[in-house]
Amino acid sequence: MTTELPVLKPADFASDQDVRWCPGCGDYSILAQMKKMLPSLGMPREKIVFISGIGCSSRFPYYMNTYGIHSIHGRAPALATGVKSVRPDLQVWVITGDGDGLSIGGNHLMHAIRRNLDINIVLFNNRIYGLTKGQYSPTSPLGKVTKSTPLGAIDNPIHPLSIAIGAEATFVARSIDVNIKHLGSTLKRAAEHRGTAFVEVYQNCNVFNDGAWDYATDRASKAETILELEHGKPLIFGKDRDKGIRLNGLEPEVVELGKGISEDDLLFHDEKAIEPSLAYLLSRLRHGDGFPEPIGVFRAIDAPKYDDELNKQVENARAQQGEGDLKNLFHSGDTWTVA
Amino acid sequence: MSTTSDAPLQTSKQVEKLQGATVRLAGDSGDGMQITGNQLTNTSALAGNDVATFPDFPAEIRAPKGTRAGVSGFQVHFASEDIFTPGDQVDALVAMNPAALVTNIADLKRSGIVIVNIDGFDAKNLKLARLDQDPLTDDTLEGFRVIKVPMTTLTRKTVEEVTTEDGEKLSVKIADRCKNFFAMGLIYWLYSRDLEPTLRFIKEKFERKPEIAEANERALKAGWNYGETTEAFVSSYQVDPAKLPPGRYRNIMGNQALAWGCIAAAKSSGKELFYGTYPITPASDILHELSKYKHFGVKTFQAEDEIAAICSTVGAAFAGAMAITASSGPGIALKGEAMGLGMILELPMIIINIQRGGPSTGLPTKTEQSDLLQAFYGRNGESPLPIIAARSPSDCFEVAQEAWRIATRFMVPVILLSDGYIANGAEPWLIPDIDDLLNIDVSHPGPLENGEEFQPYQRDERLARPWAIPGTKGLEHRVGGLEKRDGTGNVEYDPENHEHMTRVRAQKVANIADDIPLQSVTGPENGDLLVLSWGGTYGACVTATERCRGEGLSVAHAHLRYLNPLPKNLGELLGQYKNVLIPELNSGQLQFIIRATYTIDSIGLNKIQGKPFAVAELIEKIKEVLS
Ligand code: SF4
Repeated sequence: MTTELPVLKPADFASDQDVRWCPGCGDYSILAQMKKMLPSLGMPREKIVFISGIGCSSRFPYYMNTYGIHSIHGRAPALATGVKSVRPDLQVWVITGDGDGLSIGGNHLMHAIRRNLDINIVLFNNRIYGLTKGQYSPTSPLGKVTKSTPLGAIDNPIHPLSIAIGAEATFVARSIDVNIKHLGSTLKRAAEHRGTAFVEVYQNCNVFNDGAWDYATDRASKAETILELEHGKPLIFGKDRDKGIRLNGLEPEVVELGKGISEDDLLFHDEKAIEPSLAYLLSRLRHGDGFPEPIGVFRAIDAPKYDDELNKQVENARAQQGEGDLKNLFHSGDTWTVA
Repeated sequence: MSTTSDAPLQTSKQVEKLQGATVRLAGDSGDGMQITGNQLTNTSALAGNDVATFPDFPAEIRAPKGTRAGVSGFQVHFASEDIFTPGDQVDALVAMNPAALVTNIADLKRSGIVIVNIDGFDAKNLKLARLDQDPLTDDTLEGFRVIKVPMTTLTRKTVEEVTTEDGEKLSVKIADRCKNFFAMGLIYWLYSRDLEPTLRFIKEKFERKPEIAEANERALKAGWNYGETTEAFVSSYQVDPAKLPPGRYRNIMGNQALAWGCIAAAKSSGKELFYGTYPITPASDILHELSKYKHFGVKTFQAEDEIAAICSTVGAAFAGAMAITASSGPGIALKGEAMGLGMILELPMIIINIQRGGPSTGLPTKTEQSDLLQAFYGRNGESPLPIIAARSPSDCFEVAQEAWRIATRFMVPVILLSDGYIANGAEPWLIPDIDDLLNIDVSHPGPLENGEEFQPYQRDERLARPWAIPGTKGLEHRVGGLEKRDGTGNVEYDPENHEHMTRVRAQKVANIADDIPLQSVTGPENGDLLVLSWGGTYGACVTATERCRGEGLSVAHAHLRYLNPLPKNLGELLGQYKNVLIPELNSGQLQFIIRATYTIDSIGLNKIQGKPFAVAELIEKIKEVLS
């Protein structure tokens, strides 16, 4: 008997709930790319679980016709840890945002990543609190004027990918809501990674922080401000692909190709480098500092997965001690009889 | 050198029979009093005595040496009759230093035995204990039988010849660490205890350090011999086996019994156990215990914090496991929001609170019953949860299974309350027959084909919703912390629906009252006084009420296992008595609940000292109420 996997279409992943994001929100595009990508994995819908915290992005599970939990603020990675620990057969996605994942839930994000649990975390970075109507977030730039920072933000922003790499992430990638092809393929790479896959998506909140990523999405400028990473290839960007990133000691610098500088002088991308320094360096390149911001897969290495190791310990214990027997347990050690 | 095959040592002195005895071992927290206390407990239980214990130690791992704050104690009560408490007063006290002596002497019975390590009474230790005068020479010990033993000196002598594999002598520091076993040996002689189980323990514990094992063995035996030869004792004592119900017994501690109860419940419900937790005193031993049982399919997860611990538990419950988290009051406070999530998701799980003295960090190693109202009300919004409380170490085993039965039958997180006193206490446990264990039926809806609609919040007659687990085809559904429409589970802000759902969730918990036994009473069915207790005060209340009835007083006793919902007959039952006395280790939390539920005024006996009730305190109050 053959069991044929039904061929699923993007529409099969849509739930019957009305999507309630603001019209024009970047979240729509991410949802669309997710639905489009999932059928390509050949994973039945009932094996997929989406888990989120609180925030605009965290409504995501309601719109997917899979299993899902819309949990509490910042805690999705912890719920995912419970799900994946007991059911390693499931594909688990965590949907979070810059506030949910990096502020209230920073601790869980860090620990899920360092355990290398086999889950996929997608962080929608819109650099603002949308659902609570426009306060600054951990990724808002210094000086950002918002409802809660009328005189400008004075907290240093953090870079989601730097945090993930600092937490020993085995897969780190970045994409952009409107760059749909790239986004789709990045999500697919994340899904295929074994271990925690962390994806930052630049997402436009057109209501409270419209244009935060304009520099990265404008047709006119994006060739200069974005650098698409390719494994084994030199870091080249620019409309005419005439610029590159070179290392000067430990410092990256933008150089123009030609004039005595060839591709071979440039930094070559190696997503498989065990040492995370290169990925970290790339995660630090900021538009504001005169660099193009890399998108694509920064890092993808193999490492033991938490859920595997946890289950291995159980299997090994069973192999060594036999299946646990209550009677043996109760009668172990010192016992005595009362006649 | 093998010592365990020697014939048991026999005393040549006179042996007096006792019904029971209470011994307290007190020393510095580094003196090994907890180890020796556990050994005395185990040995007494193996001798067939009923035992009850009360370990009492400082919150600091190595509290300042020699100080009063650094004193660690372990009290063991063993008897030839059924006992329920570690005893109010002690018959014999071992004091390893001045601080241990002065902080414990008040609990020694008149003409009780006090064994002091006189080597510990130097000027430095006297100063550390803030004593101007040596209590061995002033009138502190007047009226007691004082046995002064140079334990440190004698122990050093005893282990002098012990050498390591390389022929090196033990350091003084290591030699001195053996003196707790010397003290133990002396107590074993005094109460005619068999050295064998402790010799076996030493052998196993120091398997990889044979020289330490040998030193401790020698110290233990030297202590025994000291009792036999010293003229200070003309006779020793013997406590016969207790007349416990027949069967096979073992010693069990509260947290261990909880862990085993959870494993048993997992087995009998065909589930794998997931335990998500964060280290906290006095709950951590459950984690230590459960992490040993991977071959039972137990998965333990030491989370990054208390919130992650409960959230992982909610996740594991959603995924279909038997999910449990445990903590103590401070951790439960952090878990509040996620407990509400578990409640609104209507998923089964157990949330264990091993209560300790609060508020805030409070008294981490001391016991209290002050989280009852937190269990009732410690969450945002209307979020009632079932609450069930253990009464003794061995009771934890049953309560864990009962909590899981209720959780799965009603699809609801259950709060299980224990406390530090129960958690660390030990008592003999009649090992149950595996076939008699509570059978817990758990079912999950099967797959749906052809687009049939699944309603995740469709309820059964108990108002429980189906436990549909991921991986089941056709049951894909989303749950969340937002209010939802009954039936479909879709997000819903409709005002009437919110009121409906709030009431349904509360009604579901209330329905549990139909599924639990009616409250029973010991003693007269009506009359002057009912003592109503819950949790770890059980033993003291049983003993006090029994004694009072023995004196002809009309005192009944009801002990609550189910706190929410309360047993259906409780209101009527309370009405049968002129007075209701509620003793609690808090300032009246059950009293508050009883007043709110039945508008019955009760009398409180409240103690908030981080210590359990003494039986005498209860008896005094009972008599006061009756007079
Ligand atoms: S507030 Fe911003 S992020 Fe939220 S839905 Fe509206 S546009 Fe999207």
